[in-house]
Amino acid sequence: MIAAGQTRPGARILAVDGVRGGRLVGNAELAGPISSSDEWIRSRTGIVTRARAGAETSALDLAEAAARRAIARAGLDASRIDVVILGSVTHFRQTPAAAPALADRLGASGAAAFDISAACAGYCYGIGLADSLVRAGAAEHALVVGADKLSDFVDPADRTISFLLGDGAGAAVVGPCDRPGIGPTVWGADGAKAGHVGQNIDFRQAVATGTWPTLRQDGPSVYKWAVFEMSKVARAAIAQAGLTADDIAVFIPHQANLRIIEQQVKRIGLTAGVLVARDIIETGNTSAASIPLATERLGRDNPGLGGKLALQIGFGAGLAYAAQVVELPSTLDQPANNERNSHGIGQE
Amino acid sequence: MALDKNEVLEGLIEIIVDETGADPGDIDPDKTFADDLDIDSLSMMTILTLAEDRFDVEIPDDSIQTLQTVQDAVDFIAGD
Repeated sequence: MIAAGQTRPGARILAVDGVRGGRLVGNAELAGPISSSDEWIRSRTGIVTRARAGAETSALDLAEAAARRAIARAGLDASRIDVVILGSVTHFRQTPAAAPALADRLGASGAAAFDISAACAGYCYGIGLADSLVRAGAAEHALVVGADKLSDFVDPADRTISFLLGDGAGAAVVGPCDRPGIGPTVWGADGAKAGHVGQNIDFRQAVATGTWPTLRQDGPSVYKWAVFEMSKVARAAIAQAGLTADDIAVFIPHQANLRIIEQQVKRIGLTAGVLVARDIIETGNTSAASIPLATERLGRDNPGLGGKLALQIGFGAGLAYAAQVVELPSTLDQPANNERNSHGIGQE
Repeated sequence: MALDKNEVLEGLIEIIVDETGADPGDIDPDKTFADDLDIDSLSMMTILTLAEDRFDVEIPDDSIQTLQTVQDAVDFIAGD
């Protein structure tokens, strides 16, 4: 008979941190090629600037910087990380994955390491996986990173998505706890809507046509799904955690569009006093990085969030989605810990 | 069975008012969503999705392009 591994009663997030692209690109700079204006972009998206990294910076570089900050904030040595989960859609190789290289750069030698391709849901997919792995005894400390350098896949003339996109990475360290610090993950995908957002052409077409692939979306359809279907998913995540909307102190949705965020607050039925992440205004949409980056900013701007319950939901290309309620780590309260500030990478 | 157009109009106006804060007196069937009521495609998508729920009808996503006036939406929802 096969012996069962040692399971744990819970897992929790020990630390969250992140880095943004070093240049804040204003709307005026992008408005010309899409025959638009600062006012139109603000009214449609809420975005004032988006953080973009320079040509020399890769998604892996962003991931490394974010992970170093999160690990330091958790007070761990990287050698104690057992598994590295990287959510990214902007790593340039099908194989090898970026996560093993990330683990090596960090000094997490021997850690299991793999990438997940769940786009803007990647971080919440990763937190769900890390929670399961730690509770199951498959890992003691898991590093979850969402890292995307979306500016490598933008078309300046595209009016559907390119002007929303920024670059960044966010990371969380998940470790054991004597009670659940991460609620059940409500996740799924709707592949029937795969064509709603993603690359406009695949890499074979790119080679055949000599055209670099860029991102596109059917904005209104994605908006409808994000507002109405994702609000149901968010409510399910609250219910499965044995909570009600009144228990949620902080709402950290994927930073896709401020209009979506405001609608979700209304349709989920969150209380008037809930603290809502609106990092998109300055950072733009950074796909898998957006939730941990928004968490980092909330912690910086609002001391005392440690221990509060946050609802987080990621959703995007696939269409893929995941939501969970998490207890925010007390380390969010600590001052930024090391050599770079969160705007300090990839200056152009 | 076709829905009563007056009821649809009344319900649609309620949704528009709730969503946009418009004065109900400013909304009549001939008004265009985009130019007269200043409703952009995202707000239009919200309004049509709420109308789907309220009137138990299916409104395809691309209807935001074709339903130009309040009357267009009423006719579509009522099953004309």
